[in-house]
Amino acid sequence: MAGVAFRRLLSAIPVLLIVSLISFGLMRLIPGDPAAAIAGIAATPAQIEQLRRDLGLDQPVWMQLLHYYEGLLRGDLGRSLLLGKGVFAATMERLPVTIGLSLYALVFTLLIGIASGIVAALRQNSWIDQAAMMFAMIGISVPNFFLGLLMIILFAVHLGWLPSGGYVPFSEDPFGWLASTTMPAFSLALLQAGLLARITRSSMLEVLRQDYIRTARAKGLPGRRVILKHALANALIPIVTVVGIIVSLLLSGAVVTEALFSIPGMGQLLTQAVLNRDYPMVQGGLLLVTTFLVLVNITVDVLYAVLDPRVRYE
Amino acid sequence: MKLLEVRDLTTAFMTGRGEVNAIEEVSFSLEEGQILGIVGESGSGKSVTALTVMGLLPRPPARIAAGQVLFGGRDLTKLSEREMQAVRGPGISMIFQEPMTSLNPVFSIGDQIMETIAAHERLPQAELRRRAIAMLDKVGIPSAARRLDDYPHQMSGGQRQRVMIAMALACNPKLLIADEPTTALDVTIQAQILDLLMDLRDEFGMGIVIITHNMGVIAETADRVMVMYAGRVIEEAPVATIFDRPLHPYTRGLLECVPSLTEDRARLVAIPGTLPEPARRPPGCRFAPRCLHAEPACGTAIPLLETLEPAHSAACFRARELASP
Repeated sequence: MAGVAFRRLLSAIPVLLIVSLISFGLMRLIPGDPAAAIAGIAATPAQIEQLRRDLGLDQPVWMQLLHYYEGLLRGDLGRSLLLGKGVFAATMERLPVTIGLSLYALVFTLLIGIASGIVAALRQNSWIDQAAMMFAMIGISVPNFFLGLLMIILFAVHLGWLPSGGYVPFSEDPFGWLASTTMPAFSLALLQAGLLARITRSSMLEVLRQDYIRTARAKGLPGRRVILKHALANALIPIVTVVGIIVSLLLSGAVVTEALFSIPGMGQLLTQAVLNRDYPMVQGGLLLVTTFLVLVNITVDVLYAVLDPRVRYE
Repeated sequence: MKLLEVRDLTTAFMTGRGEVNAIEEVSFSLEEGQILGIVGESGSGKSVTALTVMGLLPRPPARIAAGQVLFGGRDLTKLSEREMQAVRGPGISMIFQEPMTSLNPVFSIGDQIMETIAAHERLPQAELRRRAIAMLDKVGIPSAARRLDDYPHQMSGGQRQRVMIAMALACNPKLLIADEPTTALDVTIQAQILDLLMDLRDEFGMGIVIITHNMGVIAETADRVMVMYAGRVIEEAPVATIFDRPLHPYTRGLLECVPSLTEDRARLVAIPGTLPEPARRPPGCRFAPRCLHAEPACGTAIPLLETLEPAHSAACFRARELASP
């Protein structure tokens, strides 16, 4: 299993290289001048030119790229042009907020998606199945910002149960954190939960038809054990793949959700950075987010090996 | 003492074209320690019979329309699912045709054998392990203790079928149903598995029902034979009698399909036509359209199973007449 993890870690290096190159190139391809953005409307052309020289933006692009990689090798992601602090420090303030929100949404996704998928598969074609799949379809079709708005109207405006926005760090007040993130997490989760419910249902239906399920029943095992042990252990293998993808979708979906609920997460940080042409912040932030996603994917690969002995002994 | 007695068992399936009987009025019985062979083509109802006895058919679409399955003084068709769970394993257990897919690929074979025992007996883990090793040893898996933690994909087809047998016998069942236990295996392995089943029968004294379409398997193992065609039992007799004096034209046809090393036959005789689909069965004798001896009467009424000789019954209007030379 450690071997699997190590090989995946090695193969992550080219991925990170390519992502760093793309983020560097894209930022320089889009029009706009960070120096002008920082200096403000009132600045004279000379001041802007001076600032550009200070930031090293007057150098040729290939020189800038070299400096960037040289910094990366030293473990230095550079300083944000706008915030006046290190990119790494700025990211570490915001990334945990987004990851926390995404993981909370993942808990909703897994609970709703897997449970309703299993129940739908066990009662195939019954009204429960049809109701579950209809809700899954609604979940997939309704954009999460729209669902978020509806939830704000109902739970914040009319019922007043939850705050309509804002963020309380978990370390300060766990219950405050729950209150401030439950609506965002749920609205973020519902789309993915619908997706997962459908995948779980079809995966379960496929597994329930297998010969080894009949064997398990022929041994006199109780029905619950046949489903929760023999069927689920096999059905989980395709589900894990999808969950890996879902985590990355939750992270990118969080950008919109954060804006809607005014949560100071990665989405806000990167949106501001892009709008102000904060080159180092965008490059470094994307690289760190990518690193997190690569780690998620490695976890998925290791989970395969945990779940499936055929992978483990390959 | 009869170990198992099946009386007039009819199992119906709900299909798109209404309810169809997969098996009809199937009756047979089995003594302790006896081996009963059930023969027939694919679709003749052999497996449905076995799965009905085990209570393993999904209901719906399946439904036991009539009949009884008497085992240990109880009618299994009347038991609840929970009561049936207690019967499966220590009472009746079953092995299947496909050893490659019948074991769960993500659990070790030891785990799968031990959980069978644990489902029926409260035993400490070490004792479960010891019992599982003993069972693997008994079915001829070399260095059983070391292989306990192996996964199915690390074993050959023959070994997996041995594991299936170990699992089926782990709770010392009184009856073992083997549904085409050797069909998916190499010929040399087939003989080993059949020998193993007979040895285990001698050791444990359980009754065995072997389901097969292979007359060779029947000749080698069975004490009695039951021939099924299109969901009905059409002949039943001791194994020697079936091979010497088959009464039903279908049984005779089946035997002529077996290639012989001693007789010099230019071509194998095949039974013309195919087994009718359950929904499109002819009104009278199910075999009449393919039968070389069919008369008009065969197309109107279904011939019932009739004892024509001691311990030998057949379901054919013309059996007596055709049997006399």
